[in-house]
Amino acid sequence: MSELKLKILDLLKEDARRGADLIATMLGEAKETVEAAIAELEADHIIVKYATVVNWSKVEEDKVTALIEVSITPERVHGFDAIAERIYLYPEVKSVYLMSGAYDLLVEIEGKSLKDVALFVSNKLSSIDRVLSTKTHFILKKYKQDGIIFEDHEEDNRLLISP
Amino acid sequence: MLREKTMQDYLAPLVRDIPPSGIRRFFDLVSASKDIISLGVGEPDFVTPWHVREACVYSLERGNTRYTPNAGMLELREEISKYLNHSFHLDYHPDKEILVTIGGSEAIDLALRALIVPGDEVLIPEPCYISYSPITAIGGGIPVGIETFAKDNFKLTAESLRAKITPKSKVLILCYPSNPTGGIMSYEDWLPIAKLVEEHDLIVISDEIYAELTYNQKHVSFASMPGMKDRTILVSGFSKAFAMTGWRLGYACGHPDLIAAMLKIHQYTVMCAPVMGQVAALEALRNGMDEKDKMVESYNQRRRLVVHGFRDIGLDCHEPEGAFYAFPSIASTGLSSEEFAQRLLSEARVAAVPGDVFGLGGEGFIRCSYATSVSQLNEALDRIDKFVRKLQAG
Ligand SMILES: Cc1ncc(COP(=O)(O)O)c(C=O)c1O
Repeated sequence: MSELKLKILDLLKEDARRGADLIATMLGEAKETVEAAIAELEADHIIVKYATVVNWSKVEEDKVTALIEVSITPERVHGFDAIAERIYLYPEVKSVYLMSGAYDLLVEIEGKSLKDVALFVSNKLSSIDRVLSTKTHFILKKYKQDGIIFEDHEEDNRLLISP
Repeated sequence: MLREKTMQDYLAPLVRDIPPSGIRRFFDLVSASKDIISLGVGEPDFVTPWHVREACVYSLERGNTRYTPNAGMLELREEISKYLNHSFHLDYHPDKEILVTIGGSEAIDLALRALIVPGDEVLIPEPCYISYSPITAIGGGIPVGIETFAKDNFKLTAESLRAKITPKSKVLILCYPSNPTGGIMSYEDWLPIAKLVEEHDLIVISDEIYAELTYNQKHVSFASMPGMKDRTILVSGFSKAFAMTGWRLGYACGHPDLIAAMLKIHQYTVMCAPVMGQVAALEALRNGMDEKDKMVESYNQRRRLVVHGFRDIGLDCHEPEGAFYAFPSIASTGLSSEEFAQRLLSEARVAAVPGDVFGLGGEGFIRCSYATSVSQLNEALDRIDKFVRKLQAG
């Protein structure tokens, strides 16, 4: 990928609300060049979505998140992909990763309560054909996500004026 | 009876007579204000990269809490030597030609103290960093300012240097990339300066603390110019390039006789630079180049943003090619730098340093540091825009 596109991605990852105008100024490029590059990134699904990172623990409504280790017997034809799809189509499932090592899929699930999540695992996940076993780990606290520290203590404490 | 003595009378006149720093006065004003955005900060907005902090923590855990050799840990001097060679084509022997100091600040002090005899003239291109002239004066030297101009991108020209050289001239202090103007000097810019230095037998103190922060071309060290190594005391440090201001770590490089003289003062006054800082600096040089490059890229993006912003507002702004300051002209508003900065603070809640505190040629400008977040910069530019329009509307 071109260096320009990489720089654009970096700037958008820091703040997705940055417009082409601002990005063009910061990179010393023409606005049209940046707009075209962003359009291509979107068309190629490299930029998938402009989303907001939320610290849900600060929102009143309770949410429970769990990581589930899932072991499966792969399908002969489609390998892991078909079964992964069966899993990720559930709206409760926030992310699915194919893993190397002791298990096969890592599935992140969000629910309203522990019971909610546990029921989903036993009723929906475990009952899928070829799912051999699951191991559920509840997430107690998120410190950092996608490179963003949730409670950053490194605030700007510089002197307001220095030589 | 004689008039009663005051405490002031006990002070050494050379110290007592140093005028209060303009930046200090402005600091007091700003500190008393609320909800301001400050573009007056002369240090990186990044905290020191984690691996550097962690290296220091580990070293403390292992009980590394003692004095180091006076000149600094040999390992560190070796690493500095390699780094300067690799990055700026300089060739300093770790044992005799490098001295690790408490910030570039101490190195500047040592160099001037080692060189100045009362009555010596010290040539200082201005506007410039605020410590050169007072330190010169404390040593009994006579600071001689050389004005530089926006039309030359605040470069030092041979004509203006020649005009200020007298038989008493002994030292020339250079600071490129420049705080506060962002001006830099290229190889071609240096050539005629080096020639004059040679002709007039000057010693140069070259403060290259911003060497890593150049944007259109790589920094050219004055000490790397033909014949200049032995005449130059190179001053640098970790504060700006590696976001390590609070660690207080810098260094000086030069002819063994000059370094030995500086070491003499250093060993009696401070013994050695803090060991924690030295350990951290070593880690920064060994493993910190990628992070440093990222920070430089980020400054560059913000540099483009503020220069573009000031020009949009209608303020003349030469392109700063180094450091992290923009130095726009506010002359078109009809206000002096001090008036502009004070009113900008009270009416628009933005702090910028009035240019006149940096000496000759600074009047009519304000120094704006862009080492601040993009959102703060955008907000500050907005406020400055409204403020300037209000001035224009009368
Ligand atoms: C031009 C210049 N030289 C030297 C220094 C001092 O740096 P240090 O933190 O290494 O003492 C500064 C700091 O602002 C500076 O701007």
